[in-house]
Amino acid sequence: MGRIDVEMKDADEAFDDLLEPVYKGKSLTDPIDTAKDKWNLLPAFLKVKGLVKQHLDSYNFFVDVDLRKIVKANQLVLSDVDPSFYLKYLDIRVGYKSNGDPKRPEVLLPPHECRLRDLTYSAPIYVDVEYTRGKKIIIHRDLEIGRMPIMLRSNKCILNGRTEKEMAYLNECPLDPGGYFIVNGTEKVILVQEQLSKNRIIVESDGKKGIVQASVTSSTHERKSKTYVISKNGKIFLKHNSISEEVPIVIVLKAAGIVSDLEILQLVCGDDSVYQDIFSVNFEEASKLGIFTQREALEYIGRKVKTVRRMNSPKLTILQEGTEAIATTIVAHLTVEDLDFREKALYIATMTRRVVMTMHNPKLIDDRDYAGNKRLELAGQLLSLLFEDLFKKFNNDFKANLDKILKKPSRASEFDALLHINIHSNNVTAGLNRAISTGNWSLKRFKMERAGVTHVLSRLSYIAALGMMTRISSQFEKSRKVSGPRALQPSQFGMLCPADTPEGEACGLVKNLALMTHITTDNEEAPIRKLCYLLGAEDISLADSATIHTNGTFGVYLNGTMIGTTRYPIEFVRKFRHLRRRGKVSAFVSIHTNVHQSAVHIAADGGRICRPLIIVENGKSRVKAGHLRKLKNDEWRFDDFLSHGLVEYLDVNEENDSLIALYEEDIVPATTHIEIEPFTILGAVAGLIPYPHHNQSPRNTYQCAMGKQAIGAIGYNQFRRIDTLLYLLCYPEQPMVKTKTIELVKYDQLPAGHNATVAVMSYSGYDIEDALILNKASIDRGFGRCQVLRKNTSVLKRYPNHTKDIVSGMRVDKEGKPIFQHAALGQDGLAEVGSPIQSGQMYINKCVPSNAMESVVGGPQQNNRNQPQEQQQDHEQQFREAPMVYRGPEKSYVDQVMMTVGDNDQALIKVLLRQTRRPELGDKFSSRHGQKGVCGMIVKQEDMPFSDQGISPDIIMNPHGFPSRMTVGKMMELVSGKAGVLRGTLEYGTCFGGSDLDDMSKVLVEKGFNYGGKDMLYSGTTGEALQAYIFFGPIYYQKLKHMVLDKMHARARGPRAVLTRQPTEGRSRDGGLRLGEMERDCVIAYGASQLLLERLMLSSDAFDVDICQGCGLMGYNGWCPMCKSSENIVKMTIPYAAKLLFQELISMNIAPRLKLSDVF
Amino acid sequence: MTDLGSNIIGIEEDRVTNTHSNDFPAYSQSIGSGWDLEAFKKKFQLNVSFITERTANFDLIGLDTSIANAYRRIMISEVPSVAIEYVYIFNNTSVIQDEVLSHRLGLVPLKVDPDLLTWVDQSADEKDKFTDENTIVLTLNVTCTKNPNATKGDNRPENLYRNSNVYARDLKFEPQGRQLETFKDHPVVPCDPDILLAKLRPGQEISLRAHCILGIGSDHAKFSPVATASYRLMPQINILQPITGQDALKFQECFPSGVIGINEKGEAFVKDPRKDTVSREVLRHERFKGKVTLGRVRDHFIYNVESTGAMTPEEIFFKSVRILRNKAEYIRNCPIGNVN
Repeated sequence: MGRIDVEMKDADEAFDDLLEPVYKGKSLTDPIDTAKDKWNLLPAFLKVKGLVKQHLDSYNFFVDVDLRKIVKANQLVLSDVDPSFYLKYLDIRVGYKSNGDPKRPEVLLPPHECRLRDLTYSAPIYVDVEYTRGKKIIIHRDLEIGRMPIMLRSNKCILNGRTEKEMAYLNECPLDPGGYFIVNGTEKVILVQEQLSKNRIIVESDGKKGIVQASVTSSTHERKSKTYVISKNGKIFLKHNSISEEVPIVIVLKAAGIVSDLEILQLVCGDDSVYQDIFSVNFEEASKLGIFTQREALEYIGRKVKTVRRMNSPKLTILQEGTEAIATTIVAHLTVEDLDFREKALYIATMTRRVVMTMHNPKLIDDRDYAGNKRLELAGQLLSLLFEDLFKKFNNDFKANLDKILKKPSRASEFDALLHINIHSNNVTAGLNRAISTGNWSLKRFKMERAGVTHVLSRLSYIAALGMMTRISSQFEKSRKVSGPRALQPSQFGMLCPADTPEGEACGLVKNLALMTHITTDNEEAPIRKLCYLLGAEDISLADSATIHTNGTFGVYLNGTMIGTTRYPIEFVRKFRHLRRRGKVSAFVSIHTNVHQSAVHIAADGGRICRPLIIVENGKSRVKAGHLRKLKNDEWRFDDFLSHGLVEYLDVNEENDSLIALYEEDIVPATTHIEIEPFTILGAVAGLIPYPHHNQSPRNTYQCAMGKQAIGAIGYNQFRRIDTLLYLLCYPEQPMVKTKTIELVKYDQLPAGHNATVAVMSYSGYDIEDALILNKASIDRGFGRCQVLRKNTSVLKRYPNHTKDIVSGMRVDKEGKPIFQHAALGQDGLAEVGSPIQSGQMYINKCVPSNAMESVVGGPQQNNRNQPQEQQQDHEQQFREAPMVYRGPEKSYVDQVMMTVGDNDQALIKVLLRQTRRPELGDKFSSRHGQKGVCGMIVKQEDMPFSDQGISPDIIMNPHGFPSRMTVGKMMELVSGKAGVLRGTLEYGTCFGGSDLDDMSKVLVEKGFNYGGKDMLYSGTTGEALQAYIFFGPIYYQKLKHMVLDKMHARARGPRAVLTRQPTEGRSRDGGLRLGEMERDCVIAYGASQLLLERLMLSSDAFDVDICQGCGLMGYNGWCPMCKSSENIVKMTIPYAAKLLFQELISMNIAPRLKLSDVF
Repeated sequence: MTDLGSNIIGIEEDRVTNTHSNDFPAYSQSIGSGWDLEAFKKKFQLNVSFITERTANFDLIGLDTSIANAYRRIMISEVPSVAIEYVYIFNNTSVIQDEVLSHRLGLVPLKVDPDLLTWVDQSADEKDKFTDENTIVLTLNVTCTKNPNATKGDNRPENLYRNSNVYARDLKFEPQGRQLETFKDHPVVPCDPDILLAKLRPGQEISLRAHCILGIGSDHAKFSPVATASYRLMPQINILQPITGQDALKFQECFPSGVIGINEKGEAFVKDPRKDTVSREVLRHERFKGKVTLGRVRDHFIYNVESTGAMTPEEIFFKSVRILRNKAEYIRNCPIGNVN
């Protein structure tokens, strides 16, 4: 009925639209092609959701919903001492007070100020409490218990819903995706964590041992535990960490209240005789042990329970132990009320059934790597775990404090609990900050110790930041050499980007979300359960055990737990979906049928990956031209498509229940959905590649890694930022050949690269092994010119004895000019903006008081307390210079100097130094097709080949890069780019689409060029025509961050390590260049013994020792302390490391004695 | 195999043949004039197709590739011109950094006759380095302010602010010493006054002084007096068999318009090969196989010289000839050259 209404309405509207001759500037003749224009849903989707919607949704859910749940679960604080006392949390809010508006949070410090001043971008957490003071009950509102770090662009962030102009006022970039935190001035991202789904049964088998096991990881707010139902030698047991032994399954079921063997058989095997045969052996086990009643079974289990009792809790009987084990520890996510174990018994029976089924048919095991069995944990969930832990600790501390005070018999004034609550308030703030800034998530409740949860947001380029926000890290160990979790799963189609994963050890474990992926948040179970019963599912608690597993009966499972049965699963699912499309159920609740398990699964839990698809009904797409027109005219948003039932979200499991057509022409009668746009299977980073569907797939993966290293524009606020290291391109260009993704992620507004004119030819031999030849004139004109900005921070400390660091002024020589070291300084002792600074010059002339470490009390100062002036004078003389000196191979310019006050009232000085670099020999460049190369030679323009038009290339690339790499996309980019240049258009290289190569060739011919993009070139040196036609045109080239200037290193003499006296290691320590094992082998094989001696000893750690030929040990100053003589002392040179070894051996009671003799 | 003596470069579908030049002594007994002056005089032609203020297009016919290429190379890299080389920044509060602004300034082509300046002696003392003979001083002083008379509702920065865009025309010439005299009639200005140098917002200002000196393109591209200086070879189309009817139309389409004409018999003929861009499109089609060959005349160079504006293009070319002559002179007088 309802749907017909909607359809009628739609038809009416569509008809009305048609009646109008000119519709919002569009005449009837403007065709709207549903097949082509449906991609407009994608920008609409991104407009509503943004690129990092998963983070924002998750955080918003945490702050608005989850936080309240946590507080509700821990709302009471009672005292052990005073039974009349209580404190109850009524409400919790972040960022606004009880009389405030949740939509308009309090004004916080702007995020950019937090970045600059090394502060944390956070908002106060307010609670309302009700507590007793004496006899009175008092309600106190807006008590601040700490500060919550705010995710940028979340609904608690001041940037939420701002216009571009307002963003500019706040020094923020409107294109910045948000979704990260600012803690102590650094931007931190909580990466998405991939896990096996919680509270679901997973059946696995170990082929070798013949073990089949069903396991479920139960996870609630209170506890986390894992329960196994395991088959061993044909017998089935239950295994749990807190039960010392495996318990026969029949005993467990009896303990859970299913006493009758018949009922057990019915619940596990139904009426299937094959399953009954497999299972029947288990009954013997129970009868052998003489366990027939529930009480006997509970006692049996009670004896096996590992008891970990807290100090003051009373000792339990064996029966109680057993009851508690069944009630709380086994399958802990099901709560037991009034000792009604039926639900739990059914759950265990279901697990057992799955084991039995798998024993019969091994194909029924679950795939751990299947994306539908995974859940993604986002910032919100992780924060909620952390907050609950901290909140509990906060309450415990508060309670302990209360008890301490309440214990005291007499009190002067009436006890007010609130006076004691604020003391610990820093714990919550500090705990949250510490966890986010270090990335160590340690929760005592779950014994969880996770490191590396957060990462510093990479601001190398806009794409790097964006790529980080979509990254998913897996919990699997990186070191294990298994292929399963790393492989590309078919179920990841459309959900995770197939190209964007790192190479090397994390390959396949770190993934990236595709463009349209959404991650669900938790939905309430109760209404869905109710709805199921209304739709005709029979309540499981009322069902007869005999009927549950009869043929044709389907179980209805909600979040993995059976809640009912139905005999009409298809109808049930159809109705349920219908209601969801009408908006009666949340769009993110998924439903699918599993025929093997005879089950209808409804999932409403958070962390599932899903994506929107267009619904197809009766072989027709529900999205019609009229709808798309409304979208174009800004009447409809993406959510309207959702609420009108034209588009719906499918998760991985439900996708398997659907037949999804790629294009409209692929629709068959059974089709249920159609893709919005095929290129959305790629992520934001892989979306930059033009014509990726023509490339060899690893090349796209390489580009995904390299796109993040490309230097370009970072954000509109890039010149306002003071980052540790910032790379910027002077003249970034948007690519000639772009993709729809590029426009969607706004890469064309913050690009990273140049449209270089490339000639694919060999030149001079300095282009072998992927080296590139650059045109000097291009470089002169600004090609690849970039800036490197480096931050230098200094804090003017205050010391306990009331002294503090100062900045002293600039020193001048006799002529009044500043001395060399102070050349960049101004009068105030800080470097002046714009001044050049050479290596060895200082940018902050900081001075540290020499008596800083002296204590406040007891020092000599205490005596002169009545002579403050003299003391002041003393102070001035007692400063030691501790300047910040610039060191670098190349001079820099002072870009910005900032002086502010940080968190702890200490002055904070940040100096930003800038270098402008032109490309040089050895700098790294790459195209967008995983083709990287270093600059091998810079050639003058007149030496470069030139075409009929007088064009000489910016880059010459060796053609050997093509055959083995098979990057056909790069060639197509060149042809499309060339056509675009000639025609004056930007061309598209969108995946599975883009400008057609034939069209592009036609344009080339039209403009008088060869259809294949090959031109006749003349040699620049001889002026003669080249004998081959040269593939010649624009290709987008990125300059990568690896520059020679940052890597060049040489050393003649320099520092040595203290212990071994060998040269230090590494560029940063001005280390030596190691003559390694293999090099040593060469020298040995060649026979250059003197060279060997020089390299390995004389140039390294030669040391003269006195050897006593008498005892063979080392002496000193011509004296042997062992022999007490100087008779047999011989001087010789050995490596210091050898001397060290001998001494270490001596220290271990081994005497290495040197026997010397002549070799020749 | 093409005839060794032929001066036609073969344009084939997949390769270019007979590219090597041969008009130099001792290449062969029979081929080429071997730099015989009389023969050269007879053969050599110079045809000018057009010369404008900025562009010159002319043909040089009958000279060896090496010489033709030498002119091209010299025009690009060795004909001196004047550009900003030293920038002294007093204040720059714009978003564009000092180095980048200086770089942009350097690339602005200036209308200065390079003959009026002498070379800067790089070895001289910093104090005596720049004189009124070798240096031109330009200043740029721009401050952006709010426009009090801005029309309401117009939010373009040009309306809201004064001096929101800094253009090349804002560079002001400051004559030094005798320059008042020498540059009286033609003060130093940028060739293209509309080059955008920087954008400003109220409160921002740029104040700098720039020294322009003489330099050559091989030192930095900004000293190159040409935007492009290059040549192409004269295309040649040989119709071997008559092409008529529909084929003729198709044949015509394979070339840029005006290259192929169709006579009253409906037969295609080569009207103006100079207009051909040698796209080789005709070679792709099976139906023209064997009916046409393409080629280019190896000693017919169609030069195209685009000046940046400081000098006229013909002047640049003449200078390149002069420089080449001086080089030849130098080598002739070189001690090594005079051994025998």
